[in-house]
Amino acid sequence: MQPPIIARPTPVEWLRRNLFGNPVDSTITVILALLLGSLAWRLGHWAIAEADWAVLRRSWSILFVGRYPTAEQWRLWLLLFLLCGTGGFSAGVLSASNSRPRPLLWAGLGLVTALVPLPLGERLRLLLALGLVPSLITLASRWRSLRLTALLPGLWAGLFLIGLWLIQGGFGLVPVASGDWGGLLLTLLTALVSLICAFPLGVLLALGRQSELPTIRRFCIGYIELFRGVPLITILFFGQVMVPLFFDESLRMDRVLRAIVGLTLFAAAYLAENVRGGLQAIPRGQVEAARSLGLSPWQTTLRIVLPQALKVSIPAVVGQFISLFQDTTLLSIVGLLELLGIGRAVLSNPDNLGRYGEIYLFIGLLYWICCWAMSWCSRRLEQSLHTDHR
Amino acid sequence: MAPPRREPPFWRDDRFWKAALQVAAIVVFVYTVVVLGDNLLYNLELKGIGIDFSWLNEAASFNLGESPIPFSRDDSYLKALGIGLLNSLRVIGLGLLLTTLLGLAAGAASFSSNWLLRRLSLIYVEIVRNTPLLLQLMFWYFPILLGGLPEAKAPLLLLGGWVSLSQEGLVFGGLRLTLEFTALLVGLVVYHGAFIAEIVRGGIQSVPRGQWEAAAALGLHRGRTLRRIIIPQALQVILPSLNSQYVSFAKNSSLAIAVGYPDLYATAQTSLNQTGRAVEVFVLLMLVYLGLNLIISGAMNQLNRLVQVKER
Repeated sequence: MQPPIIARPTPVEWLRRNLFGNPVDSTITVILALLLGSLAWRLGHWAIAEADWAVLRRSWSILFVGRYPTAEQWRLWLLLFLLCGTGGFSAGVLSASNSRPRPLLWAGLGLVTALVPLPLGERLRLLLALGLVPSLITLASRWRSLRLTALLPGLWAGLFLIGLWLIQGGFGLVPVASGDWGGLLLTLLTALVSLICAFPLGVLLALGRQSELPTIRRFCIGYIELFRGVPLITILFFGQVMVPLFFDESLRMDRVLRAIVGLTLFAAAYLAENVRGGLQAIPRGQVEAARSLGLSPWQTTLRIVLPQALKVSIPAVVGQFISLFQDTTLLSIVGLLELLGIGRAVLSNPDNLGRYGEIYLFIGLLYWICCWAMSWCSRRLEQSLHTDHR
Repeated sequence: MAPPRREPPFWRDDRFWKAALQVAAIVVFVYTVVVLGDNLLYNLELKGIGIDFSWLNEAASFNLGESPIPFSRDDSYLKALGIGLLNSLRVIGLGLLLTTLLGLAAGAASFSSNWLLRRLSLIYVEIVRNTPLLLQLMFWYFPILLGGLPEAKAPLLLLGGWVSLSQEGLVFGGLRLTLEFTALLVGLVVYHGAFIAEIVRGGIQSVPRGQWEAAAALGLHRGRTLRRIIIPQALQVILPSLNSQYVSFAKNSSLAIAVGYPDLYATAQTSLNQTGRAVEVFVLLMLVYLGLNLIISGAMNQLNRLVQVKER
């Protein structure tokens, strides 16, 4: 049988259909084209003639890792290599059998990385780290097996601990005080640690909110509504100013830890609502069937309800993580030097006076890339977990 | 003869565990509150302050960047905080209106027959949703408004001289908006407009295709179909999600401190720095924001009841 013939419009036809279909559309097109043209002209003029991009070259290290001592930065490079390696390995092990390698995509990414205005040594290291990903994907996709897949959570947990050790020091490494962590490093660290702490708390709160025990249900509802009702900035303020008042003088928590406590308490309330959405999507019959098979309430929750509910709530949870990642910018208001805070610190240097556009655009681009990549991964994860037989 | 009926031991009884768990929860909660409260009182005593609200009547002795009613350094903290709340309400009130309009326009634009307009709506949403709000606010304030606007002597005239923009702020008719207010308003409106656009898009997509086709068959053109047929039906899906956007708009207005606009949070922060009354300030902030949420949610629930179609 012949495949259906798809009529491809000629360029002129396409223009007539999509941009100049009727008088209204033509007017809109012309006005928009003029506006966009003048905007592009001004932006281009600014980027080439007025902007001073050297400010980024002067401060790239401080934007990425803050005041982390230069002599110890090899630890962060090692961590980046480990991350890229593990990421590539996991992607390879999980990849579908029909996925094909994408040399063009990786060559493009490599080209972009090669053009990043960094010192040559750093640029080469960055390229090497990037190159690890596709090579490990190709290598690992040969050994695709269930046993390796089961190994992945442990691998990531181990990497997380190793990462904390590398960043913090101690146990044979020179310790680096948390006051010296900053930039993108601090942003990623606070977001990741708060999410990991907030997730179990959120699941417990969601289960508590659905519980048939009235006291527990009320406590959970109270917590969730309270934390969702106030702005994050007041909770961070609570963490910085109030939390020390609630504990003994001897127990001095450092600023980063207090910020993580604030973010965790806040994110848990939102995650609880996301997970509750998943719990409500599970038909009652699942619980009844499990109970009639003789499973205890605990077994029913842990083995039947939660796995299904968590799968349903993956998109919402990833969305929550993306907004948590963006919310870490608020830490700059309470005086932490995360990516935005360190940007402001760079701007307060007399050498960089008034270079707002360059710094903020760069930070915005970093955020955009990270958030876009996360939502892309979430869509992939959703597809690979899509185990319904429909 | 039947064997004597044995009662199961109490630890096999479901009811026992349910009761025990709840009692344990209450005990843990009360214990935590007592211990933390005790620590709090002890620490406050060390600092030489207790918990009382009489400082609210003392002279604030700081200036506010802008205020809708006259304010001087001799006025009380209570008045300063009240003006902060008024300033917050100004941004929230005007902002909710504008962001709804922008979101509706951008959401509807993604269904336009014009390719450029559809693309633009998509790009707008993708850029705004993937960058942090605080960064956007700073971007509007520093490079765009402070860096891009001309001196007050030679203002930028828009719309045939009706609107004038300069370092002094935005002047529109007899109304003058400061640069800080403008930056906060524009930043919040643009940010939440993107989320509302997505909600509107989802709502419009939830209306069955047949409705479009039926309207076209009746001879209605696209714009009219959207206004008369699709949006009234989409509203039922849109309104509940709109509520959470409105609430989060009100909460995000607390980021005003980043651009130096004296809203409730900023004035509370200044009061705290001067008096050291962390507990009282925190309680006040929490109560006001929770109250704002309740008001917005209550109003939206009323509205929601109006648009839900009563089926036979």
